[in-house]
Amino acid sequence: MATVALHELLDRSARDYPDNVAIEEPAAHEAGREITYAQLSAFTDRLRDLLREIGVRPGDRVGIYLRKSIDAVVSIFGILKTGACYVPVDPTAPTARNAYILNNCSVRVVILERRFESQLRAELQALGPLPSLLVLEGTVGGVPLGAAPDREAVPRTAGSVSASPAPDDLAYILYTSGSTGKPKGVMLSHRNAVSYVEWCSETFQPSATDRFSSHAPFHFDLSILDIYVPLKHGATLVLIAEDVGKDPVRLGALIAERRLSVWYSAPSILSLLTQYGGLDKYDWPALRLVLFAGEVFPVKHLRALQELLPKPRYFNLYGPTETNVCTFYEVPAKIPPPRTEPFPIGRPCSHLRTKVVDSDGGLVFRGEEGELCVAGSGVMSGYWNLPGPTADAFRLDESGDRWYRTGDIVREDVDGNYVFIGRRDRMVKRRGYRVELGEIESGLYRHAAIKEAAVIALPDEEAGVRVTAFLSCRDVKRPSIVELKRFCAENLPQYMIPDLFVFVDALPKTSTDKIDYQQLKVAP
Amino acid sequence: MDHIEDAVQTYILKEFLPGEDPAELTDSTPLVTGGILDSLATLKLVAFLEDRFGITVQAHDVDVEHLDTIVDIAKLVRSRM
Repeated sequence: MATVALHELLDRSARDYPDNVAIEEPAAHEAGREITYAQLSAFTDRLRDLLREIGVRPGDRVGIYLRKSIDAVVSIFGILKTGACYVPVDPTAPTARNAYILNNCSVRVVILERRFESQLRAELQALGPLPSLLVLEGTVGGVPLGAAPDREAVPRTAGSVSASPAPDDLAYILYTSGSTGKPKGVMLSHRNAVSYVEWCSETFQPSATDRFSSHAPFHFDLSILDIYVPLKHGATLVLIAEDVGKDPVRLGALIAERRLSVWYSAPSILSLLTQYGGLDKYDWPALRLVLFAGEVFPVKHLRALQELLPKPRYFNLYGPTETNVCTFYEVPAKIPPPRTEPFPIGRPCSHLRTKVVDSDGGLVFRGEEGELCVAGSGVMSGYWNLPGPTADAFRLDESGDRWYRTGDIVREDVDGNYVFIGRRDRMVKRRGYRVELGEIESGLYRHAAIKEAAVIALPDEEAGVRVTAFLSCRDVKRPSIVELKRFCAENLPQYMIPDLFVFVDALPKTSTDKIDYQQLKVAP
Repeated sequence: MDHIEDAVQTYILKEFLPGEDPAELTDSTPLVTGGILDSLATLKLVAFLEDRFGITVQAHDVDVEHLDTIVDIAKLVRSRM
């Protein structure tokens, strides 16, 4: 199997299915926009030429700071076609965090919306040399990007062709929460992504008539399946705006009215859809697959969803950003009522190998708990500019193979499926996002009044996990909770804002004078 | 006519700001942009408003413009009564 570049998947479909609709972008107050494969391919060629004109070269990084839109997809492929890799940032996250990310991997260009420009410019200038900013007036169905080359008076480069990156060249960098308080960049290559997309093709048998959801944001690894699997097969990708994606009532209507056939998201929104989405109001003739990943799906809500929508097949997909999906499990068609324990994460995907090891790296016996390790074509190259954490993330075996250590503790059950037990560190999953509790603590320490901060997460029936921050203050007068929430909203992504704040005179300590998290977890 | 504001304030304090001094949550405190109401909290708040005031909130009303302060929320509730 020859590895192709991700953008070649699009160009092949543009040849085979030029008039198929590649992307639909439903809009709130109008009919919405759509773009065919031929148009998408042409727009991305023009953006490629424009980016080259601005100075983008193979191996560069290019930032994307746009709401989810056809323009954002055009940006992704335009960047890939230059041979550079794309770095999508969360348009709803604080600008300072995004500026840190874009500066950290020294992007050559940032494609952004006008509304983010002045603040991003100021934040980036404070960090170092300013990259070129390709500013769009808005994001409207690819029109601003389609027009951008005209505005910039780019000479039409007749006969220019897209780059042919090597399989191990980077395609994108996804930043995830880092335990030291700064996000870290997971580097993924064309080979990583293409081998995963091919596994998806083999497992889910997509066709040109499928209609895929794009619910996850593009800085989140679920977007890789969303974007590349439909575009490889001439199918249609239906973009779901951030605000609709959080609103179960509008979302339920959209899935039905847009006749989506493949749904993929974190379980948390599926739980909300089940409870608040009014799913019984609609027919669901098209929906054939419901895929979920990113956190444990409470069986109570999964069963209720299956009762509302009995026709589709349900798959639990598991894997960190570093490997994307590495194991999968098909949920049985009828979940027996007494079951409350979560479903397994399943068996390894065919393009990867897995093993379970003890703390010394030795294989454990089937049924014993150990850390899940993953090797194969889907595993990341490493973390951007972090040789230490990259080395720590891998374990080499006798034959020199690199095994990524997931940090997830699992055991293999009698059927050969892996069962997720927990984490070996302080990472939790919240609404599908991974959150290092240490990053929340670092954010809180930036507040002038905070002397000590300790953050814990406890399971919660409704919200999945409940995050509590224990704080001690420098002065007698403590900041209000309203002020702390606002401070967090300005400094952390929304999914990292603690649910509860508890003030104490001093945090409990262990005998070695470290914060005693165990004691905090049993605090009333 | 302040009973709507009072009821909303009491609910938000109890559900989303336990332990907070009620004086800190004013009618103009930003709730969504201020990190107090996330998407799940917003859904719970809307369910509370519908139940408590016997109104129906349309899906397109569930956004920052209509829910960012207690004043906004009270205005929304009155317009639906």
